Amino acid sequence: MAELTELDAVELRDRLASGELSSVELTRAYLDRIAAEDGAVGAYLHVEGRAALQRAGEIDTARLAGEELGPLAGLPVALKDVFVTEGVPTTSGSKILEGWRPPYDATVAGRLKDAGTVLLGKTNMDEFAMGSSTENSAYRVTRNPWDLARIPGGSSGGSSAAVAGGLAPWALGTDTGGSIRQPAAVTGLVGHKPTYGSVSRYGLIAFSSSLDQAGPMARTVLDAAVLHEAIGGHDPRDSTSIDAPLPPLAECARRGATGDLKGLRVGVVRELGGEGHTDGYEEGVLARVAEAVQLMEGMGAEVREVSCPSFDLALPAYYLIAPSEASSNLARFEGMRFGIRVADDGAHDLDEVMALTREQGFGPEVKRRIILGTYALSAGYYDAYYGQAQKVRTLITRDFTSAFEDVDVLVSPVTPTVAFPLGTRVDDPLAMYAADLCTLPASLAGLPAISVPCGLSEGLPVGLQIMAPALADDRCYSLAAAVEAALDSARGSRFLDQLTTAGGAA
Amino acid sequence: MTTHTGDRLVEFAEVLTRYEPVIGLETHVELGTASKMFCGCATTFGAEPNTQTCPVCLGLPGSLPVANAAAVEHTIRIGLALGCRIASWSRFARKNYFYPDIPKGFQTSQYDEPLCTAGHLDVEVDGETYRVEIERVHLEEDTGKNLHVGGATGRIHGADHSLVDFNRAGIPLVEIVTRPIPGAGAKAPEVARAYVTELREIVQALGASDVRMEQGSLRCDVNTSLAPIGSLEWGTRTETKNVNSLRSVERSVRYEMRRQAAVLDAGGRVLQETRHFHEDTGSTSPGRSKEEATDYRYFPEPDLVPLAPDAAWVEKLAADLPELPAARRARLMEEWGLSATEMQWLANAGALGLVSDTVAAGATPGDARKWWLGDLARRANETGVELTDLAVTPAQVAELAALVRDGKINDKLARQVLDGVLAGDGGPDEVMTARGLVVMGESDELVAAVEAAIAGAPDVVEKVRGGKVQALGALVGSVMKATRGKADAATVKRMLEERVIG
Ligand SMILES: [Zn+2]
Repeated sequence: MAELTELDAVELRDRLASGELSSVELTRAYLDRIAAEDGAVGAYLHVEGRAALQRAGEIDTARLAGEELGPLAGLPVALKDVFVTEGVPTTSGSKILEGWRPPYDATVAGRLKDAGTVLLGKTNMDEFAMGSSTENSAYRVTRNPWDLARIPGGSSGGSSAAVAGGLAPWALGTDTGGSIRQPAAVTGLVGHKPTYGSVSRYGLIAFSSSLDQAGPMARTVLDAAVLHEAIGGHDPRDSTSIDAPLPPLAECARRGATGDLKGLRVGVVRELGGEGHTDGYEEGVLARVAEAVQLMEGMGAEVREVSCPSFDLALPAYYLIAPSEASSNLARFEGMRFGIRVADDGAHDLDEVMALTREQGFGPEVKRRIILGTYALSAGYYDAYYGQAQKVRTLITRDFTSAFEDVDVLVSPVTPTVAFPLGTRVDDPLAMYAADLCTLPASLAGLPAISVPCGLSEGLPVGLQIMAPALADDRCYSLAAAVEAALDSARGSRFLDQLTTAGGAA
Repeated sequence: MTTHTGDRLVEFAEVLTRYEPVIGLETHVELGTASKMFCGCATTFGAEPNTQTCPVCLGLPGSLPVANAAAVEHTIRIGLALGCRIASWSRFARKNYFYPDIPKGFQTSQYDEPLCTAGHLDVEVDGETYRVEIERVHLEEDTGKNLHVGGATGRIHGADHSLVDFNRAGIPLVEIVTRPIPGAGAKAPEVARAYVTELREIVQALGASDVRMEQGSLRCDVNTSLAPIGSLEWGTRTETKNVNSLRSVERSVRYEMRRQAAVLDAGGRVLQETRHFHEDTGSTSPGRSKEEATDYRYFPEPDLVPLAPDAAWVEKLAADLPELPAARRARLMEEWGLSATEMQWLANAGALGLVSDTVAAGATPGDARKWWLGDLARRANETGVELTDLAVTPAQVAELAALVRDGKINDKLARQVLDGVLAGDGGPDEVMTARGLVVMGESDELVAAVEAAIAGAPDVVEKVRGGKVQALGALVGSVMKATRGKADAATVKRMLEERVIG
């Protein structure tokens, strides 16, 4: 029998509900594994430990007493450290927030609490979610459980490493330009970036407000759908939150797994790894994606190539919009009310204390983006940079709109390469930014997009991206489930079982 | 307190022989909503520091704003009352700068897409009407309040440490910006004051704010510039901040005109700068220079969805506006039989409400006008307080008028009753009874006084009987004196006539 920490979250949920498994037993299994392996993996910035066991115990007691419990009662979860959690250290991967214990819960953290989950801890991330390898964390290096010398992706790399490494059954990440999908792809997970506005941003430490979305990272499509349902839906505290009911995602994932794709129109985006656009893409990645597309065709889907010319401009547009918003969002970190304060010694004036706090509190990538964004918003440059980037954003949205007149979903690789070795791109920001090439268009257009494993290249996971129109997140789940089921059945095992049998992190 | 008496000043009348002023006003009104602009915190004035705060108005990481619908509605109503065009699509913008009293490192405001634009307000000074063009009315949030502890000046320089109270942070603030107002000449200071007065009345009539300048719920920045008469270009303007009373609005314009004239006379250049107004000296002193102003890097606030007021709703708001002060004044002037000057005076004194409340409490318009414009105005003037701050209510004035009308007291006694009321001795009836200020009826005491007066002045009686009826006045006077004014003069006169003329 498989270890508890290798079971799907939905399986664990059912065992907890039937009383055959206690939350304390399960939570302890994860905490033990974290204690044994996280020294090498580096997924967590903070582990709840005793608090988690206490909460698990309370839930077990309540269950025994026959009390009504939330749908995910007793199930552990890990949160990216970008989510504000009441009384639990929250840093967003930055020194500037060291020691801060927030007085409130993010809406999604609160919803998970209400659903009965047990918080295992907060996962590592690139500082303020800026990065694609988690190497920009101010605290520690996180390693890919498939190969400890390689990156786990980023910025939600702590969450991806935790779930892939069996250190959490599932986790929440956030995605601004690909920060859920890319780490999910390179660690062999399912990661979904929901439609912008369909999951609350309240309590998510903002990087780029018009792009940030929280979403699930899980071992299977069904797990991801169940976690998404627990956090999604309208939140009156986020005015960009959409007041519409969530589609029945878990139901769609279950139905999708039956594999009938008849009538589904699938568009393959030429600009994302297609003919004439293969520079920087690894052959193995393109081959696995092409095979997945053939698989869909075999299941009845109508496949055609689609061109979205504006996608070529997504990278420059993103690197103007996101830093611009970040330069403003990060202004509140000046040492006055929370986090660290530097040089408050009576010898420095107010401006110097704020400047020195930011000088010492922020890392180089964060500073780079603040400077970039400040410049782009400056009087005299605004129209040429921020204004122009917003126009590109409109063009990208139009490309999607016209594509979706002909197809139901669009597919592409999630990221041009498999996990690259740690340290190889840290000093080359442009190479690092290229990891987000395929994920940026859906971010800029606010559309839902999922990453689902579609095979290995050189022994490392490759992710398939499925993009859908706004609010049609269910299409992502149902097609991803079809691909996952077909591949699992061909393989005779779940995708992540390959990691266990290969020895993985050990 | 720093004073700046070092400025050279030109006599006001002389300024106008050489220069033409242009003024402009930016007025901030704190809305009277129950909760803040972007969170649910209370807005009660004077609460213990930092007791009306939450993650949103403290700018804690992760928090997000949600716009207060009531504040949006108030802003649109103010815009409508000022004849503005209401935008069908409007956005908030971030104004980025660092200061400890703005918790997010930016103020959520509006930039190039304000809610209301292109309105106007007509104000009257000395019988002449001046049209003030309104450029825009927009909605934003207030900042926290810094308290600099230690040091001599109460300013940040020299302070031992500073504290910040975030109770005020996030209170909805409406900013009303005029276009430059040229052509007011010598009346520029008064036009500025009349504008703020009228604006205050409008906001009050709309119920959008309590507009108390002394509590900072209405604050003015006053721009002033001078140009040589006949010049085609306007001069460089200064922006005077910290102008916290109607009187100060007028004084600050007057002072800046005199100061700038001296600078220009000496061949100098007026600096484009922010200046602070000092209530004690009526002077201004330089603040931060605008010529090295920060770039606020405005951009649309991505955390808030655009405001798109529905046209039908805006129409309904327009239709439901209450009677505005100017219309009300015109109506009341007619109803109360006031002259334009009296009306203007009442309006400028902020006393229209007092008169109308007095009428509502049962007094005739004539009586209400008589008391408020007469005795009470004199007393307010003598003691240097606003009419509205006198310790007498419209209901009490109405009661006083009724006592006179019913003949229980006469005007002279009524003034004494008023003394008692203002001294805090109670309502008119109470004071009248307590001090025995009742008109004497035809009592034995009065009969005795009348008879004593007749007996004591046979020569006067002789004159009256001889046909000089007006001589009776001397007898009335001596009876009134003997009764220490408590008698009713008409009654005394009748009693004397009965006895002397028969
Ligand atoms: Zn608040």
